[in-house]
Amino acid sequence: MSTRFAAAFAKPHPALVAFITAGDGNTAANLDALVAGGADVIELGMPFTDPMADGPAIQQANLRSLAKGTTTADIFATAAAFRQRHPDTPLVLMGYANPMTIRGGDWFAAECAKAGVDGVICVDVPAEEDPELGPALRAAGIDLIRLATPTTDTARLPAVLNGAGGFLYYVSVAGITGQQQAAQASIDEAVARLKAATDLPVAVGFGVRTPQQAAEIAKVADGVVVGSALVELVAQHGDAAAPHVEAFTRTLANAIHSAKEIAA
Amino acid sequence: MTDAPTLPNSLRSGPDDRGHFGQFGGRYVAETLMPLILDLERHYRAAQADPAFKAQFDYLLKNYVGRPSPLWLAQRLTDHLGGAKIYLKREDLNHTGAHKINNCIGQILLAKRMGKTKIIAETGAGQHGVATATVAALFGLPCTIFMGAVDVARQQPNVFRMKLLGAEVVAVESGAKTLKDAMNEALRHWVANVHDTFYIIGTVAGPHPYPQLVRDFQSVIGDEAREQILEAEGRLPDMLIAPVGGGSNAIGLFHPFLDDTDVEIVGVEAAGEGLDGKHAASLAGGRPGILHGNRTYLLQDEDGQITEAHSISAGLDYPGIGPEHSWLHDIGRVRYEPVTDEEALTSFQKLTKLEGIIPALESAHAIAAAERIAPTLGKDKIIIVNCSGRGDKDIFTVADALGVKL
Repeated sequence: MSTRFAAAFAKPHPALVAFITAGDGNTAANLDALVAGGADVIELGMPFTDPMADGPAIQQANLRSLAKGTTTADIFATAAAFRQRHPDTPLVLMGYANPMTIRGGDWFAAECAKAGVDGVICVDVPAEEDPELGPALRAAGIDLIRLATPTTDTARLPAVLNGAGGFLYYVSVAGITGQQQAAQASIDEAVARLKAATDLPVAVGFGVRTPQQAAEIAKVADGVVVGSALVELVAQHGDAAAPHVEAFTRTLANAIHSAKEIAA
Repeated sequence: MTDAPTLPNSLRSGPDDRGHFGQFGGRYVAETLMPLILDLERHYRAAQADPAFKAQFDYLLKNYVGRPSPLWLAQRLTDHLGGAKIYLKREDLNHTGAHKINNCIGQILLAKRMGKTKIIAETGAGQHGVATATVAALFGLPCTIFMGAVDVARQQPNVFRMKLLGAEVVAVESGAKTLKDAMNEALRHWVANVHDTFYIIGTVAGPHPYPQLVRDFQSVIGDEAREQILEAEGRLPDMLIAPVGGGSNAIGLFHPFLDDTDVEIVGVEAAGEGLDGKHAASLAGGRPGILHGNRTYLLQDEDGQITEAHSISAGLDYPGIGPEHSWLHDIGRVRYEPVTDEEALTSFQKLTKLEGIIPALESAHAIAAAERIAPTLGKDKIIIVNCSGRGDKDIFTVADALGVKL
């Protein structure tokens, strides 16, 4: 695991993992706002024309970004500049297989390393297609963050964990981003099951919109992922979203960070 | 379904156990869907080994779809072109008017076998949507069809047909609001409803095992054509021609002939306004990438963003192609040729006047390629063209293109 992930999940409180889409609004200012607001891990979404796992909020963010002409080179430049400004905050690129693999997995992994990216989440490369990205990322010292879902049963879990790094992202609902919320009891049960199977920190996301929800999840998980609710602030406030993003991030971070005490 | 034995060095033995045809195919889906995809594969293997499944499939194709479809010697077209003898495989005469129903019958039998109680599908022109709604009605299962809002507007008769058949039609407002976006939305719905929902994919694309199972269900086209041409001519044809969007009718015709090296095979891609303009020719104008669960040739920019396809034929208006076609293209077993909107329109009218057969605009692309090729071949040569669907659905589009007000 990268030292930045290790440090983020070794804090005496659960982590806020905050997502925004690259190239949507003033991305640099919004990233700074996430850090200032108390986010522990940043996920930077790589826009794609066909975001099959995303709900309307992130779909629209993808289209807004692409309409402005955002390129992969722009995203790596944004990441590299972020790393200059924030040497300690873990940065994850999250997106879809085609933009990540179009120039080859090795190229992508090398660019991630150059830009100071710590981890990669690729929504449509399951464990079965690991050769597409996994070996290149691991060779470059980048963590491949795997997703587990309510449909990932115990028999399948070892395959998902094989080659996984950074943290395990538990997709709490069978569905798309930003839609319905999972029942807390099902999250408690799933996190317990996952934590029994891996030493990786477990972060829970999909459908988490409010500080109250985030706090409930933070009682059992190592991290809570919030995306659509932040992206909606960018949609609403455009280039002037940063103060709103920072304020909302702070309410989320306060709720998550005080949800439970973790013995250091 | 085809049950011919395949040899180790056969071109018919793919995909491998991970769903790859060479570098193409695979299972590029979200983790939520992965267990379901694996389950579907297990059930499909069991169904393949179950004589009762094949018997029910064959029964429905014969008595409900009306198979076998005729192999028609298009004598007037042949005389007009003055070259090779042209036979038409009449998939347009199937129930619901196209080859799509073959696959839908197979998949709904699988859905029943897996205990799924709801059906979803994507559709472009509406032919696959109508075929899916039809089998859902036949089996009494609720059905939701995802269709781009642009396609809903330009294919109103098919939208109404689907509704009459009891399906709910969801107009998809995302992206360019056409087939690609309908497929995205169907995948989003599926991921949220995997426990009880079966997704009937309409072409030989998507994650493994779809490209394989759709091909197997459609191979009835080639199996029949082979038997029929042997009966009519006492020999195999010299050439096969079929239109390729995703490529299910084409692979259905081609697959049983892949190992017959003397049979030349031509797939026809939609060149739209021309290859230097807007088109849907993924092989001629695209390169390999990953979309909708499989690696295949795609229309895309240098960053891997998918670009919009264009064809006058809504059924060919897709920026990708089935992975097995990509492989057959790369190994050179099948030659893929582009045909423009204009050429297809001309052939649409020509076949209608010469043979009294109104072809689908998709099929008209194959007819156009035949018109180009047949005169260059001797009169002793034989071509089979897949008339994959009937053109009634296209009369509004054609009238519009010809400047006729209906």
